[in-house]
Amino acid sequence: MNAPMSFDKSAGSQAFAERLVVIGNGMAGCRAVEEILARDPARFAVTIFGAEPRVNYNRIMLSPVLAGEKAFDDIVINPDEWYAGNGITLVSGDPVVAIDRVTQTVASRSGRVEPYDRLLIATGSDPFIIPVPGHDLPGVVTFRDLDDVEKMLAAAQHGGHAVVIGGGLLGLEAAHGLALRGMAVSVVHLMPTLMERQLDEAAGYLLKTELERRGQTILTGADTAEILEKDGHVAGVRLKDGRELPADIVVMAVGIRPATGLAKAAGLDVERGILVDDHMVTSDPAILAVGECVQHRGQCYGLVAPLWDMCRALADHATGRSTGYTGSVTSTKLKVSGIDLFSAGDFSGGDGAEDIVMRDAARGIYKRVIVKDDRLVGTVLYGDTADGSWYFDLLRKGEDISAIREALIFGQAFAQGGALADPNAAVAALSDDAEVCGCNGVSKGKVVATIQAGACSLDAVRSQCKASASCGSCTGLVEGLLRLTLGEDVQSGPKTMCKCTSFTHSDVRRLIVEKQLKFIPQVLQELGWTTPDGCASCRPALNYYLLCAWPGEYVDDQQSRFVNERMHANIQKDGTYSVVPRMWGGLTNPRELRAIADVVEKYNAPMVKVTGGQRLDIFGIRKEDLPAVWADLNAAGMVSGHAYGKSLRTVKTCVGSEWCRFGTQDSTGLGVKLERMTWGSWMPHKFKIAVSGCPRNCAEATIKDFGVVCVDSGYELHVGGNGGIKVRATDLLCKVETEAEAMEVCAAFIQLYREQAWYLERTAPWIERVGLDQVKAALFDDAAAVPALAARFRHSQQFMQDDPWARRAAGENADLHQHLAEVRPLEFV
Amino acid sequence: MIGEWLDIGPVSQIAPGHARTLPVRGGEEIAVFHTLDNRFYALVNRCPHKAGPLSQGIVHGNVVTCPLHSWNISLKTGEALGDDQGCVPTIPLKVDAGRIYLLREAVVGRRAA
Ligand code: SRM
Ligand SMILES: Cc1cc2nc3c(=O)[nH]c(=O)nc-3n(C[C@H](O)[C@H](O)[C@H](O)COP(=O)(O)OP(=O)(O)OC[C@H]3O[C@@H](n4cnc5c(N)ncnc54)[C@H](O)[C@@H]3O)c2cc1C
Ligand code: SF4
Ligand code: FES
Repeated sequence: MNAPMSFDKSAGSQAFAERLVVIGNGMAGCRAVEEILARDPARFAVTIFGAEPRVNYNRIMLSPVLAGEKAFDDIVINPDEWYAGNGITLVSGDPVVAIDRVTQTVASRSGRVEPYDRLLIATGSDPFIIPVPGHDLPGVVTFRDLDDVEKMLAAAQHGGHAVVIGGGLLGLEAAHGLALRGMAVSVVHLMPTLMERQLDEAAGYLLKTELERRGQTILTGADTAEILEKDGHVAGVRLKDGRELPADIVVMAVGIRPATGLAKAAGLDVERGILVDDHMVTSDPAILAVGECVQHRGQCYGLVAPLWDMCRALADHATGRSTGYTGSVTSTKLKVSGIDLFSAGDFSGGDGAEDIVMRDAARGIYKRVIVKDDRLVGTVLYGDTADGSWYFDLLRKGEDISAIREALIFGQAFAQGGALADPNAAVAALSDDAEVCGCNGVSKGKVVATIQAGACSLDAVRSQCKASASCGSCTGLVEGLLRLTLGEDVQSGPKTMCKCTSFTHSDVRRLIVEKQLKFIPQVLQELGWTTPDGCASCRPALNYYLLCAWPGEYVDDQQSRFVNERMHANIQKDGTYSVVPRMWGGLTNPRELRAIADVVEKYNAPMVKVTGGQRLDIFGIRKEDLPAVWADLNAAGMVSGHAYGKSLRTVKTCVGSEWCRFGTQDSTGLGVKLERMTWGSWMPHKFKIAVSGCPRNCAEATIKDFGVVCVDSGYELHVGGNGGIKVRATDLLCKVETEAEAMEVCAAFIQLYREQAWYLERTAPWIERVGLDQVKAALFDDAAAVPALAARFRHSQQFMQDDPWARRAAGENADLHQHLAEVRPLEFV
Repeated sequence: MIGEWLDIGPVSQIAPGHARTLPVRGGEEIAVFHTLDNRFYALVNRCPHKAGPLSQGIVHGNVVTCPLHSWNISLKTGEALGDDQGCVPTIPLKVDAGRIYLLREAVVGRRAA
């Protein structure tokens, strides 16, 4: 060209322009070119290689394309004219296969060799494929580009079953699309919570429930073992637990890996992604990289927002004004129509970090913001995400929120509403007919009238006008009205369960049954818990209440159990455990004694002791050895003694009529029968039984939770005794004539205690609280009560009398007993 | 930072809400925690109160309640919360590509006295 000074872009500038070659015609590659063109359109002669045989499109909109909400044409970002109009050469459908840094050329699959002055790698990511048997069968697809979408659409034409492996953002969007296209969809997710990197347990639970309500099958904690084949095509998925799911198509959406192959082969520095500095320059100054394929300051990103920031920094640098990229804070939204979900920042809390949680059970809303040092550091929103961008903005800018803290959770309109930022003022400003309690339809006027008529505590308001008595999400408002109306005269109500809720234990027990609540996260949501996942006192209590309310249905939550119950042994001060096998009614035999002696020797137990509960306790067992110890004891016919549990402990007996000169009945035999009937049962607290053969009472039956004192004419049944810290002798409950009646009343009494007492309340304080008369009335006023309670107890026992030691010895929950690994420093130093 | 981190295996080894242990020969046992909102932390497995094994406690938020006498220990800083005073060493941890890494010098540098 002989017109170097020409201002005509397509002619003049090309002659002196540096040659910029871009590998990757995706979102980051094209955006980088756009940014450069906007700054200096004449600087580079651009060639873009794309593996996909098409122009640049908006990858994130593939989900709406799959769902039928958009067509491909709607999601094209840069059509052919853009390339032509900017003098860009597009080589599509022809991937680059090698970079030669010495000659500064790239070579494509078709053999095209292109020289560069500057090279930009923007190869994105490759979907990760779990290498299970069958992963390469026809019908197993990933979700990354338009070809994948077309394969899914072809499969969906015939209906049938789809299995999506991976319950992250991509997997759920694929599942949603396939479901809308008429397939029966199952999602298989390894972790217990969907989208666990973006959502906490509470929001993950709400999401799962909603997807299930829409007809998807969601299997969490499910690990894929194999993809099954029939006639050379995928036919199903088998999980590690043996379950099989039919499948006409399997979508693998378990994660992505930066596509670094080319860069690695060219000798660039690569860790997880291609290493770049703040100007997106790789270890070779002539080569830039951008997008999902890079690793910047230790981070790899899988969302588009960081790419935009990277592309700006890259273009600034490439055109001579270095600004630098310093990393991005990201936020996530799920593109599933009708589900509003937003998450951003760090929701792990931390020291000094405080959670503000708002739940509105009636509208299915969960909002959580995490505040630290007067700054917002994270947020998770489900059901109402209108304030997502406002929170995200506060978060990114690190603004001081102390002035609006109280009203922050109510959102922007409220928090910035001047006077309304004072929650009391906000309550005062409500009109009299504003509905305060949605569940029971109670207006502000009604609540205020109730308070003025004498209800001066939350509890009184709840019982007199029902406001806040159901889901509890309006409790804050009702408390505000109490403060406004009564000032200092508000009485604090009965003790709440813990600081996470304003409900008492009794309220929670009642509502679990009334509202059919079946999982801990559901209770937390429906009853408006103020913490995201409860605490060390409410979780064990809820676990018990659910177990008691839904026998055979509720799956015990190990995480909510105190160490002794989780390990099925008693932890000792040195971190070892003690093991107490059951000795029915205090009886034993040579085989059991020999097995115990053998265990003591084999595992070097430093001590074995006769307990106060008439059995033997083996001390000093390491958590790793517990399963083997149990296996040995099981082999001699012994099962767990539950010396560790809020459950039936021991049944103490005396020798009774069989040997004792004063014995009136077979106290030993009855003790054994009672223990056989009641062992394994979980209770609000520990529960002890004793049977004495006569009123001399050698088994100390009158300081037990349930004590039997045999007399000539039958059996006196005593309840509510306690040795321990505060001694309480039993109350006489009734007298019966036969063993069978004694056992029936025992079962009924235990069930009443199980259903009514608060967690960690033994029978003695329970009876003191409700009164012996109440207990007697509940058992004996209606002749049908004892049989009904006893039947419920037996029903529940059917699921409980399953020796936990045997299951552990057979390998269940092995990870609780094994170390992760052992570090032997010498090998590393 | 490559090379200074010890790879102790995939994140899936520790269920959320649980902790697992890592004995160090000639050093102090380490407890690795996985919280319910999917964060990972590592502490020396010894309560600042009376050396209770923190790995066996109940995990809630980013706090573990010691199984022996219920002190609440911050997983982030190792400090006892509330009125209790004391601190247990934390071990720098990172998660990358689904695997857990501990800072080697913090692991092996902590010899038992
Ligand atoms: C092993 C044993 C002492 C012994 O060597 O004899 C024992 C040991 C413990 N008792 Fe006990 N109690 C033992 C019989 C008793 C008895 C006697 C009885 O059952 O006839 C009582 C008084 C009766 C009663 O319970 O009313 C008794 C009243 C307590 C109390 C106070 C309970 C109360 O309601 O006030 C506690 C504290 C608690 O449970 O919160 C307790 C707690 C404990 C704990 C679990 C403390 C703990 O949390 O670590 C000890 C566990 C040791 C271990 O690791 O095994 N232990 N404890 C006895 C085990 C019996 C068994 O075979 O299962
Ligand atoms: C279905 C789906 C939904 C998504 N939803 C969202 C969302 O809601 N929000 C969000 O922020 N992010 C979302 N993402 C992620 C987002 O699309 C990516 O972060 C973004 O596309 C990354 O841009 P990139 O340029 O780095 O990679 P890509 O857009 O993948 O571009 C890389 C391109 O390089 C090509 N290529 C690779 N190797 C070569 C080679 N050797 N030669 C030539 N070309 C090559 C590839 O074919 C590809 O076209 C979604 C992703 C998918 C798949
Ligand atoms: S009396 Fe105290 S010290 Fe003795 S076993 Fe019971 S709890 Fe432990
Ligand atoms: S040893 Fe941890 S609280 Fe006592």
